[in-house]
Amino acid sequence: MSGTMTITLNVWRQSDRNSKGRFARYTLPNVSPDMSFLEMLDLLNLDLVRKGEEAIAFDHDCREGICGTCSLYINGRAHGPLRGVTACQLHMRTFHDGDSITIEPWRAKPFPVIKDLVVDRSAFDRIMAAGGFVSVRTGGVPDANTIPIPKPVAEEAMDAAACIGCGACVAACKNGSAMLFVAAKVSQLALLPQGHAERQQRVEAMVARMDAEGFGACSNTYACEAECPKKISVTHIARLNSEYLRAKLI
Amino acid sequence: MNKIASFTTSSVGRKLLMGLTGFFLCSFLIVHLYLNLFLLKQDHGSTFDLYADFMATYPLIRPLEIVLFAGFLLHAFVGGWLWISNRLARPVRYAVNRPAENSSLSSRTAFWTGTFVLIFLVIHVNTFFVSSRFFPDGLSMHERVYEAFQSPLYVTFYLVALAFLAYHLKHGVQSAFQTFGLRHKKYETLIAAIAVLFWLIIPIAFAVLPLYFLLAH
Amino acid sequence: MTLDPKIPAGPIEQKWDNHRFAMKLVNPANKRKYHIIVVGTGLAGASAAASLAELGYRVTALSYHESPRRAHSISAQGGINAPKNYPNDGDSVYRLFYDTVKGGDYRAREANVYRLSQVSNAIIDQCVAQGVPFAREYGGLLDNRSFGGAQVSRTFYARGQTGQQLLLGAYSAMMRQVGLGTVKFYERREMLDLVVADGKARGVIARNMVDGRLESYEGDAVILATGGYGNVFFLSTNAKMCNATATWRAHKRGAFFGNPCFTQIHPTCIPVASEHQSKLTLMSESLRNDGRIWVPKAKADKRAPNQIPEEERDYYLERLYPSFGNLVPRDVASRRAKEMCDKGHGVGTTGLAVYLDFSETIKRNGQAWVAEKYGNLFDMYKQITGEDGYESPMRIYPAVHYTMGGLWVDYNLMGTIPGLFVLGEANFSDHGANRLGASALMQGLADGYFIIPYTIGDYLASNKFQKIDAAGPAFKEAEASVADLTKKLIAVRGKTPVDVFHKELGRIMWEYCGMGRNAAGLKKALELIPALRERFWEDVLITGSPDSFNQELEKAHRLADFLELAELMVRDALLRDESCGGHFREEHQTEEGEAKRNDAKFSFVAAWEFAGTNRTPKLHKEPLKFDYVKPSQRSYK
Repeated sequence: MSGTMTITLNVWRQSDRNSKGRFARYTLPNVSPDMSFLEMLDLLNLDLVRKGEEAIAFDHDCREGICGTCSLYINGRAHGPLRGVTACQLHMRTFHDGDSITIEPWRAKPFPVIKDLVVDRSAFDRIMAAGGFVSVRTGGVPDANTIPIPKPVAEEAMDAAACIGCGACVAACKNGSAMLFVAAKVSQLALLPQGHAERQQRVEAMVARMDAEGFGACSNTYACEAECPKKISVTHIARLNSEYLRAKLI
Repeated sequence: MNKIASFTTSSVGRKLLMGLTGFFLCSFLIVHLYLNLFLLKQDHGSTFDLYADFMATYPLIRPLEIVLFAGFLLHAFVGGWLWISNRLARPVRYAVNRPAENSSLSSRTAFWTGTFVLIFLVIHVNTFFVSSRFFPDGLSMHERVYEAFQSPLYVTFYLVALAFLAYHLKHGVQSAFQTFGLRHKKYETLIAAIAVLFWLIIPIAFAVLPLYFLLAH
Repeated sequence: MTLDPKIPAGPIEQKWDNHRFAMKLVNPANKRKYHIIVVGTGLAGASAAASLAELGYRVTALSYHESPRRAHSISAQGGINAPKNYPNDGDSVYRLFYDTVKGGDYRAREANVYRLSQVSNAIIDQCVAQGVPFAREYGGLLDNRSFGGAQVSRTFYARGQTGQQLLLGAYSAMMRQVGLGTVKFYERREMLDLVVADGKARGVIARNMVDGRLESYEGDAVILATGGYGNVFFLSTNAKMCNATATWRAHKRGAFFGNPCFTQIHPTCIPVASEHQSKLTLMSESLRNDGRIWVPKAKADKRAPNQIPEEERDYYLERLYPSFGNLVPRDVASRRAKEMCDKGHGVGTTGLAVYLDFSETIKRNGQAWVAEKYGNLFDMYKQITGEDGYESPMRIYPAVHYTMGGLWVDYNLMGTIPGLFVLGEANFSDHGANRLGASALMQGLADGYFIIPYTIGDYLASNKFQKIDAAGPAFKEAEASVADLTKKLIAVRGKTPVDVFHKELGRIMWEYCGMGRNAAGLKKALELIPALRERFWEDVLITGSPDSFNQELEKAHRLADFLELAELMVRDALLRDESCGGHFREEHQTEEGEAKRNDAKFSFVAAWEFAGTNRTPKLHKEPLKFDYVKPSQRSYK
């Protein structure tokens, strides 16, 4: 790749949970197209620190699209313009010289902003603690090959299990709904025989927790699937719905 | 009972109520359209009026009418409730947002298309149902229809409302299947066909009537 | 202080069983009286927290992440080993033990490795019961694949996301206990000091990363499961937050550090593309099952790979190691790649890459087959490089990946401070000088699920604990020292951001203490590192307040420790005047360029005792005895 680009950034700055935020504008020359989006922010932060200003806080960790930590709303899209790609895997070659990029934190009532672009997603953990597990103790389990699981079932469960819990589904949903996140876990464990014993309590508890956290309801717009970096299908939401119906009414 | 209560207040339960009432209202659409099509019969409306009289006088229809109204009200009420709680889930909106990149307009506007359909229904019910049932003036239903659809303005309003209904159902029908968890690769074509019936064919069939009365007479 | 590894007596097959019986138990009603602090909630930490809470202990778990599910264990792709022998290809507990000791180039403790191999089958059972969706065959039973350093297929996998699935399993088990109230989880807390009272580890000081407050956590034992220190190199495949602070500060409080120079360089990473690169990305070595590694026979051949005819390609691993071929252990594959590039056969714009070619497999089995097995890796490659690995060969280069060294622990996984237990990558124990693929997940979960629940009980039942108060002198002193360090860091107010120093440290380490090491270079590094450390303390610039969310301050604390640890690594590498596994001293190689050990002099664990900053640490040696796997020149020919 040759040449560098000049990028204008419009970044949400907010000093803590309780203060009011605002957008700040930065111009960044010398952005290489080979840089990742987060490396571009690193570059900006180096500049800011050298000028004695506070670096922009943003969540990130593995930078290879698996930990689910990064959480940027880039130009009106969760994780930016590409499908099936986390913000950390987005590269500046996707943008053009002279582009202006607006970066916002995930916006949802259950995801309060902690600082700048960092939000608190512990609501997801509380949903998991409510029922996102199979109640087995360490030890005393049967041999792994005791229960054969048809390959297509195992594959579909794996499709659901691929969720990285980044919250892009919530961020992209017009209702701030966590249905895709919850459904991925409910569906994975409903598909696998190991999860059957608790399927009823699981779906009830997880949905109740999800509602209590203040997430919105699902409107079947499927924005979540479109923005999910792991391309998790909304068919898992359908499965959650039928699990729920079965748990409550049968 | 506790289970049912927590079901109807939960986000998933309310969506299921939306789907359930939605399907019920769709089934009413079929009956309504079936009867309406008798207006096209070239018998000066006698068959149509026969059915209209039957609907107005047969005792078993009354409770069904109430159920139907309750269905409408429940659908609208739960829809509004969901809309409000969904709005509350995002108190701070995005400064830049591009929903068109990830979802269809019909899915995002179901509340607004539904609201317009509701307004239409109030007017529609007032024109045909309230006047004939509560303030009878000797006009047959066929004559009422004929009169109402002489006004191009009224016909236009009807057509717009039907377009909204179509757009509402474009999202609503397949969405209800999803909400019921009825989604399987094997049945995808069937569901798509049912959706097309409701959002495309039925509204077009409804639209034929006002146009027929306006243009043919 | 003498090092006692506390290896149980008896034949190796019976050591663990005998030991389990010999250990004291805590009676069920008494378990709730004990409070255990777990720092780090990746595979090892989360599995330990869950298992201990299930037993009835009160557990407090801390993580610098916002959720245990973010831990770097999640990035492990390829798989987890267990000698289930499902494929009927001759595997056994003994063979996994043998392969691991040999793969570690005879620098691991036999008893630990045997136990690891013994419990590994139970890990698979446990994970399946939790709902981990391992890959299956059409008959519905579990599938296995082969991995580097072994000639049997014993690796269980969940697409290319095995680490993720196992972590989510451990995380779900832990969250279940959080829901039950038996584990208290505190997110975004970074441990900045270990509290030692009456000679026992009794708690930690952690910084609340959201509001900057220092918090004290007191308990009866402390478990560190805080991962490795590969980020000392700045560029590594580790996640950005991975750091050595918890282990290093425990080291400064008296825990010995074992074999710090043992780092693993992973052969199949995406090469560095730009000077702004913040981290390197690994692609699972399972790719080596079906991909063939080659370089052009001609030096500085700038032709596109597809234009280089078959006879002008050098499939050097297949040529040098006909029986293992592309599946030689990681250290060997990495070193050979470096050698090829050093000789001028490297490809790509930098010349620091070799080809990993799938064209033959695609021709044989079709692209769909390759995509099902490795699709996510090809996607990842495309996202990062913008190139399509199906169309033309991928470019790969070795990168720092894992640290076999870590805090020294005995057979019970307890460090040299009583009550301080160290699990997973954070300890030094099971991999010797080189870790085999699919063994890190195995070790993390073995430690957490199946070892610590027994050994910690023995410690708790064998000791008397005085009541400890977070307001007491030990906590106050530790808290004050952390507060003081933070104040000092902020007060420097120099001109240079933390990352600039970190990159420089990384360059020094990669150059002199990376894939190839020699005495002259290591001695040079011993001059450069203290000088850099001095500059850091004179010129670092940290903006923002210490009393708020401040990622620059977090990085500064971590780098302050890396700058000290780096020196110890170099010292250790200099001391170890032999080559073994990932530690390749250029002075010591066979005629074929393989690592040449010196068993007579270096068959020991180097355990370093902290003697004060800027003072030479004290070396202790734990001799290694090999009663079962007799050390020989490793051969993968």
